[in-house]
Amino acid sequence: MTKNMLIAGFGGQGILFSGKFLAYEGLLEDKSVSWLPSYGPEMRGGTANCSVIISDTPVGSPIVSNPDILMVMNMPSLDKYEDATVVGGQIFIDSALIDRKVNREDVEAYYIPATKLASDEGLSGLANMIMIGYVIRKTNIIPFENIERALQKVVPASKQHLLDANKKALELGFNYAE
Amino acid sequence: MSEKVLMKGNEALAEAAIMAGCRHYLGYPITPQTEIAAYMAKRMPKVGGTFLQAESEIAAINMVIGVSSAGKRAMTSSSSPGISLKGEGLSYLAGCDLPAFVVNVQRGGPGLGGIQPSQSDYFQAVKGTSHGDYRMLVLAPASVQEMVTMTFKGFDLADKYRMTVMLLADGTMGQMMEPVSLDMGEVTEYDKSWAVTGTNCERSHNIVNSLFLKPEELEKKNFERYEKYRVIEENEVMYEEYMMDDAEYCIVAFGIAARISKNAIDMARAKGIKVGMLRPITLWPFPKKEMRAIADRVKSFISVELSMGQMIEDIRLATECTRPVYLCNRTGGMIMTPEEVLAKIEEASKGGNN
Repeated sequence: MTKNMLIAGFGGQGILFSGKFLAYEGLLEDKSVSWLPSYGPEMRGGTANCSVIISDTPVGSPIVSNPDILMVMNMPSLDKYEDATVVGGQIFIDSALIDRKVNREDVEAYYIPATKLASDEGLSGLANMIMIGYVIRKTNIIPFENIERALQKVVPASKQHLLDANKKALELGFNYAE
Repeated sequence: MSEKVLMKGNEALAEAAIMAGCRHYLGYPITPQTEIAAYMAKRMPKVGGTFLQAESEIAAINMVIGVSSAGKRAMTSSSSPGISLKGEGLSYLAGCDLPAFVVNVQRGGPGLGGIQPSQSDYFQAVKGTSHGDYRMLVLAPASVQEMVTMTFKGFDLADKYRMTVMLLADGTMGQMMEPVSLDMGEVTEYDKSWAVTGTNCERSHNIVNSLFLKPEELEKKNFERYEKYRVIEENEVMYEEYMMDDAEYCIVAFGIAARISKNAIDMARAKGIKVGMLRPITLWPFPKKEMRAIADRVKSFISVELSMGQMIEDIRLATECTRPVYLCNRTGGMIMTPEEVLAKIEEASKGGNN
C-alpha cells in the first residue's frame, strides 16, 4: 500500500517538520519513504508545503501532485490543493485558521481547531503536531504507539526539552473528540 | 553504521564526501545546493578538515586546483549558473590531469534562470563545460542513496583516472529526504607521486601545468588523455534496466525524470503496454553499446528529460537513428507528471509521429 500525503500552510507553522516526523516513523517501520519540501522564497514567510510518501514498495516519483491525504493549515493551501486530492481522499483542516468547509462531496473532510487548541493548552507553535495526531488516528498512516522513537529522531539534540510538548500535542490531536 | 537514517540528498552527499576522505571543501552558496556548504561548515572542523567559503565560484574552483595539485581530495559544489563560472577551472583541471569532485545540483536556465529543478545542463556536463579537448566523468544519481554511493565512488574514480568527476543532480535530488545507509567500506589510496608536495631537495621538481606551447607536445598530451577516456568508456559505464526483459518501448531517463518514469511505466504496464527503461547512471560514458543492442529489440525510444531535449541527441547517436525517439520534456523548473509520461508512452505505442 502507498500513502501519498501533502502538507501545506504558511512558513513557520512547522509544515516541513511535521512531514519529516511522519517520514521518520515510516522509516522506523521499515517502509519505503520520501519527503520533499517546497524550497525557495516561499520559505521566508509565504506558503510552504511538503510531499510525504510512505509505501510498502519502493517509492517512484517523490512528488505528490494528487494526495490521498491532504493536511492544510491556511486558506490558500485549501484553495490550491482541494481539487487535486484523489476521489475518496481525506482532507484535514485547521478550522481555527480556515473558515470554510470543503466544497467536494467525494472526499472525507475532517475539521480540527488545532491552532486554538494549541494556544488553549499552552502548546503554542505545535498546532502542526496536533493536526498530525488527528491525521494518524483517522488514516493509520503510521502506528500511534511508536511516536516517541520518531520524535527522538527528528527533535534536534539542542531542543530535547520540547519532546514532551510535542508528544502532548500529538496525543491531544489523536484523542480529539469532534 | 548499518542503520538507515533519513537525510536530505545535499547533506547525505556531503557526509559521503567526508567518508571518502575529502577534507577540503571550497564553495560558494547558491540555491538549491546551499545545504552542502552548510553541512560542510558544521562537519569539516570536527574531522580536522577545511571548510572555506570563497569570494566567488571562480575562486573556489581554483582553490580545488591548488588542493588537488598537493595530492589531497578536494571538492566544490554549485548550481547551474555557478557551474558556468567554474568552467575555466574545470578546463585547467583537465589540462593538468588533476582529480576533482564537482557537484552540480541543477536549476532552471539559461542565465540566472530560476531555482526550481532542471536537467538542462546535460550538454554542459557531457559535451563541453569549457574550452579544449577533454571529458569529465558524469554521474547521475536517482535517489538519496545514490547521492551517497556515487559521491563515494566519484572520489575514487577521480583519483583512479586523475580527472574531474561531476555529480549531476537536480534540485529535487538535493532537497528530498529518503532513508540512506552510510555504510561505505574502505577508501582506496592511489599513488600520487606526481603531487606538488615539496622535494626536500631529494628529488626533481613535480610540475602541475596545462601550458604546452609546442603543438607536438600538446597533441601528444591530448592523444594520451583520449586513450584514458577510451579505457573509461570500456570499463566504467553504469546503468540500470527496469522492466526491459519483454519491453517493446524503451524510456531513457536519468535522475528525477527516471523516478517519475518508473511510476508511468507501472501505469502503462497495468494497461498492457510493454514498456521499460534504461536509466544511465553514467552520462559520460553514455551506455552506447547497451542502447544500440536494445534498439534491435524495441520499436521506439522515449527520452524523458527536464530540458528542451538534450540527451535525446545521444540516444539518436547511440542507436544510429535506427528507431524513432520520442521526447517527453518539461523545462524551466517545471516537472512532468507520471500522467504526461504515460501519455507519451501511449503515443509511442500507437506509432504516432515522433
